Amino acid sequence: MTAAIELIGIDKRFGSVHANKDVTLSIAQGSIHGIIGENGAGKSTLMSILFGFYSADKGEIRIKGQPVKIKSSSDAISYGIGMVHQHFMLVDPFTVLENVVLGAEGGKLIGPALARAREELTRLAHDYELDVDPDAIVGELPVGLQQRVEILKALFKGAETLILDEPTGVLTPAEADHLFRILGQLRDQGKTVILITHKLREIMAITDHVSVMRRGELVATKETKSTSVGELAELMVGRRVLLRVKKGKAKPGKVVLEVKNLTWKDRKGTARVDNVSFSVRAGEIVGIAGVSGNGQSELLELISGISKPTSGQIIFEGKDIGILGDPAHVRAEGLAHVPEDRQHRGLIASFDAAESSILGWHTDESLGKGFRLNRDAVINRCKNEMQEFDVRPNNPLLTSAKFSGGNQQKIILAREIERDPDLLIVGQPTRGVDIGAIEFIHKRLIELRDEGKAVLLVSVELDEIRSLSDRILVMFAGRIMGERDDHADERELGLLMAGVTRDAA
Amino acid sequence: MGNTRGELPTWVDVGLIPLLNLTVALLVAGLVVLIIGESPLEALWIMLKGAVGSLKGWGYLLYYATNFVFTGLAVAIAFHAGLFNIGGEGQAYFAGLGAATVGLGLQFLPWPIVIPLAILASMAFGAFWAWIPGMLQAKRGSHIVITTIMFNFIAASTMVYLINNWFRPTGKMAVESREITGAYILSFREIARDYFGMRLPSTPLNLTVFLAIIAAFAVWYLLWRTKLGYEIRAVGANSEAAIYAGIKPERIIMITMTISGALAGLMAVNEVLGVQHRLLLEYVGGAGFVGIAVALMGRSHPIGIVLAAMLFGLLYQGGAELSFAKPLISRDMIVVIQGLVILFMGALEYAFRPALAALFLTAED
Repeated sequence: MTAAIELIGIDKRFGSVHANKDVTLSIAQGSIHGIIGENGAGKSTLMSILFGFYSADKGEIRIKGQPVKIKSSSDAISYGIGMVHQHFMLVDPFTVLENVVLGAEGGKLIGPALARAREELTRLAHDYELDVDPDAIVGELPVGLQQRVEILKALFKGAETLILDEPTGVLTPAEADHLFRILGQLRDQGKTVILITHKLREIMAITDHVSVMRRGELVATKETKSTSVGELAELMVGRRVLLRVKKGKAKPGKVVLEVKNLTWKDRKGTARVDNVSFSVRAGEIVGIAGVSGNGQSELLELISGISKPTSGQIIFEGKDIGILGDPAHVRAEGLAHVPEDRQHRGLIASFDAAESSILGWHTDESLGKGFRLNRDAVINRCKNEMQEFDVRPNNPLLTSAKFSGGNQQKIILAREIERDPDLLIVGQPTRGVDIGAIEFIHKRLIELRDEGKAVLLVSVELDEIRSLSDRILVMFAGRIMGERDDHADERELGLLMAGVTRDAA
Repeated sequence: MGNTRGELPTWVDVGLIPLLNLTVALLVAGLVVLIIGESPLEALWIMLKGAVGSLKGWGYLLYYATNFVFTGLAVAIAFHAGLFNIGGEGQAYFAGLGAATVGLGLQFLPWPIVIPLAILASMAFGAFWAWIPGMLQAKRGSHIVITTIMFNFIAASTMVYLINNWFRPTGKMAVESREITGAYILSFREIARDYFGMRLPSTPLNLTVFLAIIAAFAVWYLLWRTKLGYEIRAVGANSEAAIYAGIKPERIIMITMTISGALAGLMAVNEVLGVQHRLLLEYVGGAGFVGIAVALMGRSHPIGIVLAAMLFGLLYQGGAELSFAKPLISRDMIVVIQGLVILFMGALEYAFRPALAALFLTAED
C-alpha cells in the first residue's frame, strides 16, 4: 500500500525549545492514524508543519511519494490536506453553506458557488452520514454539528487527508461515537485520517496505527491491534503510570455545602443553571459530570461568588453565601476555588509566580499589616508552596506565563489548598496538564478528602470524574439529570450527559 | 509550543529599544533640519549645550522635567489599571483652580499652613476632574479615552470663563488672576540668595522638584508594595482574574483615576505656586500630553518616567535655545522635533521589536 503522507526527518526549533526532533512518520493511504503524546510533546507542531502554519527547519514532506513544499495552509489544501481545529474556525452568523464555501468562493459572485456547494453537501451527507441543514446558522448549531461543518468544509475543498486535533473534547460520548462512525466511513471510502488526541481509549477504539510522541521525538509507531492502553501510556510518559489513583472508602461527615433550588438566568432570560439542588459533605468528593457548556461553569461562578443567583440558596456552613455575590467574602468563609480557566482566571500571566500565588488571598494580614504588602513574605510563602507541590522550576520570581500548564495548575492548587479551606471547588483540574502532573493533582485531591475536607469537582473528563468522585452528579442544559455512585456505568453516565434519563428512555 | 513572538532580555526591552527609538527620531528630525538648510549636527550641539551646558540650562531642564514627572506618573498609574487617561492636560489645568483659590483666598494665613493646603487643593481638584470620567467608566461603561478627551475641552472652556470672570482683577487687560503674594513655593534662586548668599541664574526651578521625586517614589511604593497597588495591577493585567480574586474592578477604576488626577494636579503646584504665582490662561501648555509620551517611554515605571521626563525637559529647553540661536528653526520646528520623538517613542514603540527579537533568536541558536 502506498503512503498518503510521509514526513522524513522533520526538525523544528522555537528558540531554545526543540519542538520536533528528526521526526519520521509514514501514514498509510486509507487508514486512521492516531498521534498521541502529552502537552508539549510536539504533536501540534508536527501537524502545523504539515498544514503549512510553520515551516520545518529540516526535513521533507512527501505526498503520495512526491516531495512537496508546503508554505501555507492554502498549499496544504491544494495538496488535499484538510484540518479540523480543536477550536473551530467558523463564522458564527453565517449559514452552514456560507461557511463551507468560505475561502473557495471561486469568482466575484457568491451565487454559483453556493449552488455548487449545496449539491456537493447533499452528496457528502449521503456518502458519509454527515447530515447538516445547509441553511442553518452555524452559531445556533450544537458543537457536535459545528464540528461536522468543519469536516464538510475540508471535504468540500477536496481533502484526501483529514487532520483532526483533539476532536472529542467538546462532544458527548454519543456524539463522539457518531464522529468515529463518520471517520470510519471516510476511511472505507479511501480517505486518510490523522487523529491527534491524548485520550488513549479513543486511540484504541478507532485507529489502525498509532504513533507516540514524547518531548519532540517520535518514540514509537505501533499497530493498534498489537498494543494496549498501558503500553501507550508508558510510552507517552516514559515511565509506568497509575492511570487510576487508589483511594479508600469515603467517610462522609456533616453537610458543608447545600445548594437549594439554585437558578441563574443570563441576560436573555435563559436559565443556564436551572433549579439545581445538591449537597456536599465533609470528607467526600462530589463530581459534576457533563459536556462542557451545560451550566457547570455558571454553577462554579455562583458558588464561588463571582455571580449572584437569580433565585435559590447556596448554604455554606449554615450561612447563605449566594446573596453576598462576593468572592472575597466567600473566601473568607473558608471556601477555596480552583477555577476552570487557569490562564484567564486562575492566575495573572504577566505577574511573577509569587504574585500569582497570593491572588485572592492578597488581603491576608500575614502578607503585610494593613495596606502594606510585604514582598519578602509573599516570596517566602510561594517558595514553600512550590516545595510542597513540587512546582518546577522552583522559582517564585519567574513570570507565571512561563510555567507549563501542569505547573501553573500546581501553583493554583497549592495556593487554594494551603489556606486550609473547608470546601474546595475545582473546575477542570487537569485540563491541558501532562499525565505526570495529573497523577499528582489527583493524589492531592484524594488526600484533601481524607483529611475530612469537602471537595466539589467539575470536569468534562468522564474518566477523571469516575476515578475521583464518591458521588457523581450529571449536568445537562443547566439541570442535574441524576446522581450515581462511584460504580456508575459509563454508558449510563453518557446517556445522562446527553440528557436522556432512564425513566424517559 | 515555543514562543514565536520572541522574548527579549530585560535590558533590551527597557534600554536598547528606547535608545534605538530615540536615535531614529533624532535622525528623522535631523533630516528635517537638513531640509530647511541648517546643519543637524550643529543644531544638536546647540540643543545639548543649551540644556546641559550651563546651570541655567539645567535649571530649566529640571523645571520642565518636574511637570512631566507629574503628568507622566498620572498616565502610568492609570496604565497599570488598564486605563488610558488622556485627560492629564485638563486635570492639571483644573487643578490650577485649587492652587489659586487657596493661594489667593487664604493668603492671610502663615505659609506652613497655606502651602500644604494649596498642594492638597491642587491634588483634590485634579482628582475630582479625573474621578468623573472614572466613575462614568466604572458605572456606565463610557470609554475613558473619550471622556477624558472631552474633559480636556470642558476644563479649557471652564477655566477661560472662571479666570476671566472670577479671577481677573477689574481693570486688568491680561486674562490672569491676581498675583499670589502671601505664600508661594521658593525658587532655587531665591533660596540661594536669601539663605546662602549665593547667586544662581534666574530659572523657574523651585522646591517642587523634590515633590516630584517624592511622588515618583510614592507611586512605586503604592504599586509594588501595597495591597491596593496589587489590586490595581491585577485589574489592569487581567480583570477576569481580579474578579475571581474578589477585587471589584469598578472600585479600582474609580480609585485609580482619582489618584491619577491628583498626580496630574500636582503640576499646578509647580506652575501656579512655584513659578507664575498666579493663574494663567492655558498654563499647562501641552505638558499633559507630553506625560503620555513620558509614561510610554518610561515603561510606566517611576524610574523610567523620571529619566524620560528629563529627556523631554532637555528637548524643551534645548529646543528653546535652538530657536533663539537659529532663526530659521522656528519655535514650531521645535514642536515638530518633539513630535517626532513622541511618534517614535510612543506610537511606534514596538516598530523595531520584531526585528530585534528575530536577531536575538538567531543569535541564540
